[in-house]
Amino acid sequence: MMQAEEAYINLYKQHAKSVSKSCSDLLNGKRQAAFEKFQTLGFPKNTHEEYRHCDLREALSIDYGLNINRVKIPINPHDVFSCDVPNLSTKLFFVVNDQFYKNDKPIGLPEGVLCGSLNDLTETHARLLEPYYTRLSEKSSDGMVSFNTTFAQDGFVLYVPAGVALEKPIQLIQVLHGTVDMMANRRLLIIVEEGAKAQFLVCDHALSSRYFFSNQVTEIFVGKNASLEYYDLEMDQPNITRVSNTLVSQAASSQLLINGVTLQNGLSRNNINLCFEGEGATASLSGMALGNGNELIDNHIFVDHAVPRCNSQELYKYVLDDCAKGVFGGRILVQKGAQKTFAYQSNKNLCFTKEARMFAKPQLEIYADDVKCSHGTATGQMDEKALFYMRSRGISESEARLLLKFAFTADVLDNIRLEPLKDRMRMLVEKRFRGELAKCAGCSATNCK
Amino acid sequence: MEEKPQDIIDQVTSGEYKYGFVSDIDAESIPFGLSEDVIRLISAKKNEPDWLLDFRLKAYKHWLTLKMPDWAHLQIPEIDYQNIIYYSAPKSRTALKNLDEMDPELLKTFDKLGIPLQERQHLSGMAVDAVMDSVSVKTTFKENLAELGIIFCSFSEAVQQYPDLVRQYLGSVVSYRDNFFAALNSAVFSDGSFVYIPKRVRCPMELSTYFRINAANTGQFERTLIVADNDSYVSYLEGCTAPMRDENQLHAAIVEIIVLERSEVKYSTVQNWYPGDKNGKGGIYNFVTKRALCKGRHSKISWTQVETGSAITWKYPSCILAGDDSTGEFYSVAVTNNYQQADTGTKMIHLGKNTVSRIVSKGISAGHSQNSYRGLVKVSPKADNARNFSQCDSLLLGDKCGAHTFPYIDINNETAVVEHEATTSKINEDQLFYCNQRGISTEDAVGLIVNGYVKEVINKLPMEFAVEAQKLLQVSLEGSVG
Repeated sequence: MMQAEEAYINLYKQHAKSVSKSCSDLLNGKRQAAFEKFQTLGFPKNTHEEYRHCDLREALSIDYGLNINRVKIPINPHDVFSCDVPNLSTKLFFVVNDQFYKNDKPIGLPEGVLCGSLNDLTETHARLLEPYYTRLSEKSSDGMVSFNTTFAQDGFVLYVPAGVALEKPIQLIQVLHGTVDMMANRRLLIIVEEGAKAQFLVCDHALSSRYFFSNQVTEIFVGKNASLEYYDLEMDQPNITRVSNTLVSQAASSQLLINGVTLQNGLSRNNINLCFEGEGATASLSGMALGNGNELIDNHIFVDHAVPRCNSQELYKYVLDDCAKGVFGGRILVQKGAQKTFAYQSNKNLCFTKEARMFAKPQLEIYADDVKCSHGTATGQMDEKALFYMRSRGISESEARLLLKFAFTADVLDNIRLEPLKDRMRMLVEKRFRGELAKCAGCSATNCK
Repeated sequence: MEEKPQDIIDQVTSGEYKYGFVSDIDAESIPFGLSEDVIRLISAKKNEPDWLLDFRLKAYKHWLTLKMPDWAHLQIPEIDYQNIIYYSAPKSRTALKNLDEMDPELLKTFDKLGIPLQERQHLSGMAVDAVMDSVSVKTTFKENLAELGIIFCSFSEAVQQYPDLVRQYLGSVVSYRDNFFAALNSAVFSDGSFVYIPKRVRCPMELSTYFRINAANTGQFERTLIVADNDSYVSYLEGCTAPMRDENQLHAAIVEIIVLERSEVKYSTVQNWYPGDKNGKGGIYNFVTKRALCKGRHSKISWTQVETGSAITWKYPSCILAGDDSTGEFYSVAVTNNYQQADTGTKMIHLGKNTVSRIVSKGISAGHSQNSYRGLVKVSPKADNARNFSQCDSLLLGDKCGAHTFPYIDINNETAVVEHEATTSKINEDQLFYCNQRGISTEDAVGLIVNGYVKEVINKLPMEFAVEAQKLLQVSLEGSVG
């Protein structure tokens, strides 16, 4: 780990100019401070309380290439993917590794909406995006975040101006592709201004059998009375390590839905840091992880009730098979004076094999008295009585187990508000449970299991 | 006249410590500070065998390599371990023949504490091993217990009389390498209680001991060792009150319990040490390592605690469920007021098959206090069919206090069923209104509701303690509440 840290520190020292060469001033302006912070923080270690069960050492010991010189990856994602969710028409965008895939087609979005390459848009709309870029990431004490700011060269921006409601969901497909082991530092910036509405769907795929390390930082700003739905689907491979930090700021009376589904992965660490900065805001966070093989899925959710009258709900479910390991860390902080807070957190897990492991750490930290907060976590197996009931009705044991697994995860999927997406997710989850290739019809991405 | 809730909160938070007194007894102390010589001195004063001195010295050497842990949700002022007197014994230690020979001051102190010595002995039916500043003063009911083969004596007496038993079990549950305070205690422990229940004996009475801290600046380092042999049962009570002091006092005790096959130990604590005044000055630091090992099959350990005192409470009475079909229980009420801090909870380590554990924790915070529950439920890979249920509730009285929950749940076996739930809220206004409407003042209503809230735990206490626990709640939250 120390070696990896030093290697990257030296890499940056030697190639700082190359990193900055093709990037906007806004991206470059934040690098040095982040680099200094990374030098003190380093990569998260498993001696660190928050990373107790998430050991990144092995993943970081691989010698990844960083595409500092912005070599184009020869792939046309439009040819490979056709994530056609029936009845769901989306505006589709691609990020290949950490580069936005440009295409010349007109976007056809309402006036004022910005949607596209982070590097380009921070160049052309620097004044607009400056107050947002790194505003949340600067406060993070996670070394991966400052590492990302140091090396971030591109990514994706969605900016929805005040009062604009997007009709169609925005879909971003993030592809990992390469002929060598690669690290991708992706950066997403999502801003929904006052009274605006947006739905955003991110899908992570891998198109290569090489080792990848994706380090993603997403900064989300939900303005006053604004509404954002954020769906995150991970369908990767065992050779992928994904560290994702989602940093959220919610203004007064805003509404946010985050739904993260991990269908298949290698090692996934998802941090969500949500801070209520205005009164009367609501957040619903849910997630589901289906683990098998040697997968590790670690979701850490931190909800900061800094102001009164906010409402947060969390629901996280894990289904663990083979040698999979699930980790859930949930922390609710109710700050002094944040009265009339409602915060609920629920974590339910199923373990099926002797080798499957589950570690849960739900936490409440409360400094105000007029609040209602609760958390619950339960880990167990399938209900034998329910199994018996189904078998006595002529349903085979394997089918009965499938049904129960599916029922277990149903309420996370129910949180998805886009009906066509919900149906599609149900199908993918079912396929995944049946051990079939979980991919959409018409998609020719053969590596995408 | 209707009182505003704020008045009640004010009354609650201004509650003063009722048991604050200093008994003026001649105490024999050694100089301040900790060194190998001090340990040798303590050991020599207690006329200890060599193996015990070795144990102390090993612990001391290990302690020197450790740093005080800082992970708890506590603000602990720096402790100067060289500014503590590690041994203090009341003088006039010539053997007492009858109670009249006892120092009258000491007797008065016991009177104030309500310890049932003398004629209260028989009425209360308890055997008390009263520990006053580290040295056991008087043990009662010994004869009755001796008939059954039960050993209940001070730790130093046990070292002299039953060295084999002590040597066999000392440090077998809490090793001196366990943690910073366990190492410190193992090096300097002064006295404590020793209990041995022989095979197939059910202890006919509640065993009880009162710990008190008396001489100023004397850290008290108690060591309790309870061994329940096959098919036995014992209920053990521990209760504490300490005199009012301005300087913080450190208390780092160790309680070790070994439960063998088909045996049961019930360990109850009412802790009401001086919590400091309402500005957070003074008070005891209570850093205790308590652990029980359910070694045999079908063994059971039950911890019940009512924590109302101490400026800082930092302890996790734990259960290691090693024997198959063993059971661990933890029931706790922790009350913090003014500037008190508590970081308490339990650890349930499931090692054997078909082990069951249950955790019920009720926290009440008032004033500027911080009250945390921290717990671990760990199911090891071989612990098939483990079952756990945890419930941790927090009640907030006032908007300047904090209530926190930090449970850790580590499941390494797929057959485990583990459930945890926690809630945090203030007293329901509808309930208060309902009581008011029926002519119950807000003050009484708060009392009723708090009583109802902790009932599940108080009910687990033995009768004698349940009454005292209720009183302590009253004192802690002032007469107006509870």
